[in-house]
Amino acid sequence: MKTDSGSPIVVLSSRLLVPFIQLFALYVIFHGHYSPGGGFQGGTMLAASIILMRLAVGTHAGELQFRRTWGSKLGAAGLAIYASIGLFVMILEGNYLDYKFLPLPWLSEAEIRAMGILIIEIGVAIAVMATLVSIYDDLLEEDIDA
Amino acid sequence: MKIMPFILVCLVGILMLYASLGLPFRADPNSPMNKDTSAVGSVGAANYYIRNAFKDANTPNMVTVILADYRGYDTLGETTVILTAGLVCYLLLRRRKNEN
Repeated sequence: MKTDSGSPIVVLSSRLLVPFIQLFALYVIFHGHYSPGGGFQGGTMLAASIILMRLAVGTHAGELQFRRTWGSKLGAAGLAIYASIGLFVMILEGNYLDYKFLPLPWLSEAEIRAMGILIIEIGVAIAVMATLVSIYDDLLEEDIDA
Repeated sequence: MKIMPFILVCLVGILMLYASLGLPFRADPNSPMNKDTSAVGSVGAANYYIRNAFKDANTPNMVTVILADYRGYDTLGETTVILTAGLVCYLLLRRRKNEN
C-alpha cells in the first residue's frame, strides 16, 4: 500500500484540518475538569490528527511532524509522568497518588487536587497519543522501507 | 444443524430479559446500590462521591474526579494496558535491524 495520496486536494484539506483537530484535542484535555473529556479522549484526537497527516502526505513527510521512533518512548514517558506523580507524593509523606501533598502552597487543598488531576490527564494524553501513532507505524512497517 | 443454536440463543436471551426485570431503576433511592450503608452495614461509596466530589477536588465534573482522584490507581492500570498493547505491537511487527 502506498501511503502518499499525491492529490493536492487531500494534502491541502488535511493541512487545514489538522491544526483545528489538535486545538480541539487540547481543549478536550484541559476542559476535562468541566465537561466530558479528559486524557484518553484528547489523546485519541491528537493521534487522529497525526495519523491523518500521515495518510495524506505519506509516512516520510509525516515524520517531520512526529518521528516513528518517538512513539514507544513518548508512550513510556506519559506513563512515567503519571506514575512518578504518585511516587513523588509518596516521598512527601502522602499515600500513592494522593495529590494533596503536591508542593503548591499558594493553592487550597481542593485546588491542589485539581492540579494533580490535570497533570495525570496530560500524562495519559501523551501516552495514548504516542501509543496509537506507534501502533499505526508498526502496522505500516513492511511498506515503508521495502 | 443451525436450528438448535438459534433456539438456545433465543432461550438465553429470554432468560436475560427476564432477569433484567428484577434490576432496580437507575434513580431509585431505595435500591441497594444507592443506599448510604449496605446490607451488612458498611458505608456505600456512591453517595460520598456525589456529595464530596466538588468539595474534595474543586472540579465540577464528577466523573473526572472519580476517574483520576478516587480511582487514580485504576486509571494508572488502564494506561499501562494501553502502553502494553503498543509495546506488543512494536515487538511483533517492527522489523529489527540485524535481520536485514
